[in-house]
Amino acid sequence: MSAILAAAEWGGEFEGALDDIGKLFRFPPLSFLPSIEVAGIDLSINRTILIAWLMTLVAATVMYAAFRSPKVVPGRMQAIGEMIIGFVESIAVDIIGHKHGRRYVPLLTTFFVFILFMNLAKLTPFLMLPPTSRIAFPLFLAGITWLTYIGSGIKEQGFVHYFKELAFPPGVPKPLYVLLTPIELISGLVLRPFTLMLRLFANMVAGHILVVITLVTIHVFLPSTPVGWTVGVFALIASPLVFAFELLIIGLQAYIFTMLSAVYISSSVEPAH
Amino acid sequence: MENLGNGLVFGLATLGPGIGLGMLIGKAIESMARQPEAAGMVRTTMFIGIAVVEALALLGFVLAFAI
Repeated sequence: MSAILAAAEWGGEFEGALDDIGKLFRFPPLSFLPSIEVAGIDLSINRTILIAWLMTLVAATVMYAAFRSPKVVPGRMQAIGEMIIGFVESIAVDIIGHKHGRRYVPLLTTFFVFILFMNLAKLTPFLMLPPTSRIAFPLFLAGITWLTYIGSGIKEQGFVHYFKELAFPPGVPKPLYVLLTPIELISGLVLRPFTLMLRLFANMVAGHILVVITLVTIHVFLPSTPVGWTVGVFALIASPLVFAFELLIIGLQAYIFTMLSAVYISSSVEPAH
Repeated sequence: MENLGNGLVFGLATLGPGIGLGMLIGKAIESMARQPEAAGMVRTTMFIGIAVVEALALLGFVLAFAI
């Protein structure tokens, strides 16, 4: 980031500015805080962590303001909160079913609100960096989903029965299990949380790079030569479209993550699927 | 040259899933338009299918940086 901004300040030296994309995501630890290191892992506080804390605080404040004193006729904040919870509840009940669905609404609502606000940091002025574009956040979110659907599968069906259904899906001719069992085990235990993690991560990384490139193009090309000026104007016109597209992606990723978590939980709660 | 390879890996990895997603979502919309009362079920199944198809493109995205 610093390289690109420096290039922008010089007035159009793009040479080598985007060589290391990682510079857009890796920030040094804050200098006035002591650096923390546990077992060789750097746990210092940097900009990403500060943004994550801030957005967590904002999300908590919004939800607290919504349900601080719930009334029969909801006020404006409560209406927003109820809309979010009603939306997630409709996902849970539609996919997991009436019997078990309502139990998972708190978890899924937490996922939805957390991911939505973390992603919104991408387009918030002065932050402009989604913490979900660092692998740790999607990793832990997908890990929670993984533990939840395996745990609820063991709880609802029993340990042996759950893994037997997972490895040997019923209604298939016996010889096919040679082919099917490895595929089912890998897809059920490894590929599901892996793609869940990667979908959120990849979308946020790509979105952040897109936003940075759009803004830097405006910044670099607009005050330059007449030929560059046309490029700058084009980027200036394109930037609201890019932002609208990113806003769509932000909401869609939060929805998809919640929805797929519900799908995975339902597949272990109800073995018939 | 290496950057070009990275770009090519991801670009080629998107071709198949792109076609697959087009067919999948097109068919899903078609069936939703024919039977609006089954829209909820179709939508759920469509998202499961998208998750499986998209996994290939995402693997390509990872391999582009890993190689």
